[in-house]
Amino acid sequence: MASLSRPLTVQIDEKVFPAVGERPANPVLKDIKFEVEPGSFVIITGPSGGGKSTMLNIIAGLDKDFQGAVDFGGSDDVRLAFVFQSPRLLPWRTVYENIALALPPNDPRQANVPELLKRVGLTEAANAYPEMISLGMQRRVALARAFVLEPDLLLMDEPFVSLDDPTAQGLRELLVELWSRRPTTVLFVTHDRAESVMLGTRILRLSAGPATIVEDIPVRLSVADRTDREKVRSEQRHIFGEA
Amino acid sequence: MRQAVNAPARGFTLGRLGWSLISLLALIALWEIAALIAQSRYLPGPVAVVEVMIREARAGELWGNIAATLTRVAFSFVVAMFIGSAIGMTLGRYPKADRFFDAWLIFFLNLPALVIIVLCYIWFGLTEVAAITAVAVNKIPNVAVTMREGARSLSKDLNEMAHVYRFGWWKTLRHVTLPQLAPFFAAAARSGLALVWKIVLVVEAFGRSDGVGHQLNIAFQLFDVPMILSYALAFIIVVQIIEMAILQPLIARANKWRR
Repeated sequence: MASLSRPLTVQIDEKVFPAVGERPANPVLKDIKFEVEPGSFVIITGPSGGGKSTMLNIIAGLDKDFQGAVDFGGSDDVRLAFVFQSPRLLPWRTVYENIALALPPNDPRQANVPELLKRVGLTEAANAYPEMISLGMQRRVALARAFVLEPDLLLMDEPFVSLDDPTAQGLRELLVELWSRRPTTVLFVTHDRAESVMLGTRILRLSAGPATIVEDIPVRLSVADRTDREKVRSEQRHIFGEA
Repeated sequence: MRQAVNAPARGFTLGRLGWSLISLLALIALWEIAALIAQSRYLPGPVAVVEVMIREARAGELWGNIAATLTRVAFSFVVAMFIGSAIGMTLGRYPKADRFFDAWLIFFLNLPALVIIVLCYIWFGLTEVAAITAVAVNKIPNVAVTMREGARSLSKDLNEMAHVYRFGWWKTLRHVTLPQLAPFFAAAARSGLALVWKIVLVVEAFGRSDGVGHQLNIAFQLFDVPMILSYALAFIIVVQIIEMAILQPLIARANKWRR
């Protein structure tokens, strides 16, 4: 079913934001090339304002103004989902509708919406409007909307920022669970080292702008290890050399 | 992200209704007192006015005239909302077009209603089309300005979301774009209706042989104040009913997702 059966190749030779008024042209990405094996969970980390979000936008096809190419393993019909930095829900549609709208109206996967709602703990809130629920719940809706698509490629741009620690941790565990039930290829942008070790199977570290890849680190944790804080901490020490 | 263009009246509590009633009764009492003091046929009291209103309603002329006016209001309102929205959304989306046509918009915004009415009648004759055109042209610039603001404030974030999730144009229009424009549309519709009512009467007084405006013109020539007031009163009542029975529920429905 997955149409992303061969590696995804991202090649960005150069991405420059053109000068606007007083601001000079800003080269954000340069000489970036990496492959992503299907089913891997790749963390992209690096300094703020370093073009990580821009990279996701390029891969998602939202930003076409760059030098290079993104190749979805030769397939031009990959199902793509994006969990943005803000939930980007439609405030005038209910929680249920926000999730269901990610699918075509007569799609058989529409039948999975209630089940998914249950798994993200939003059954009670199905008919609520996004502005009436907490940010943590809104982020769960955004997760459900991405997973209902059963995407081949899932792009996530710091999806758990501005949450308190327990809420963010709960969402990470939810993400691990959803991902282990239905493995898919994930590109996940974050600043948080613990988060990157807990979630990623591989970490790409970018330099300051114009960003390029300076490190490519594998994470050796099984799915079961990922919800074990001790194991995550010890792997984090192993990778980053600190607590 | 959200714009409070039009803070709508949400709950309709008994308290508010009660206050409105008391305030209206006070106004009527004041009117009665003034009429008693004046003792003039140019200032009839509320009872006399209601009597004339009932007589006119029985004779059938009142309803016929109000219906004629309402029809003109409906036509010119729909035309103005449609054309005004199309212009406003185009200008909001295409800055170059906006830069060019902005001066035109200001020109038409400041063109006196009377000038438009007179010119329409001169150019197109004393016809129904001229009447409705005159009213619509008066209203279009206001609608365009409001809808332009709406189109300018469309969320880029939500558009990107719709693009990634492959909404397509129809789904995007229905679930992403139109709900964002709804408050602007409601604001334009409300202020629009208020303006259209008034201009339709002037248009009728000038060049139509039926409608509330025409009747008011005749009453004016006869200095028939009870007739003028009874038409005004009947008209106010009809407008209020439309506002409360149609516009407010529509706006409340469109806003139920708001916190």
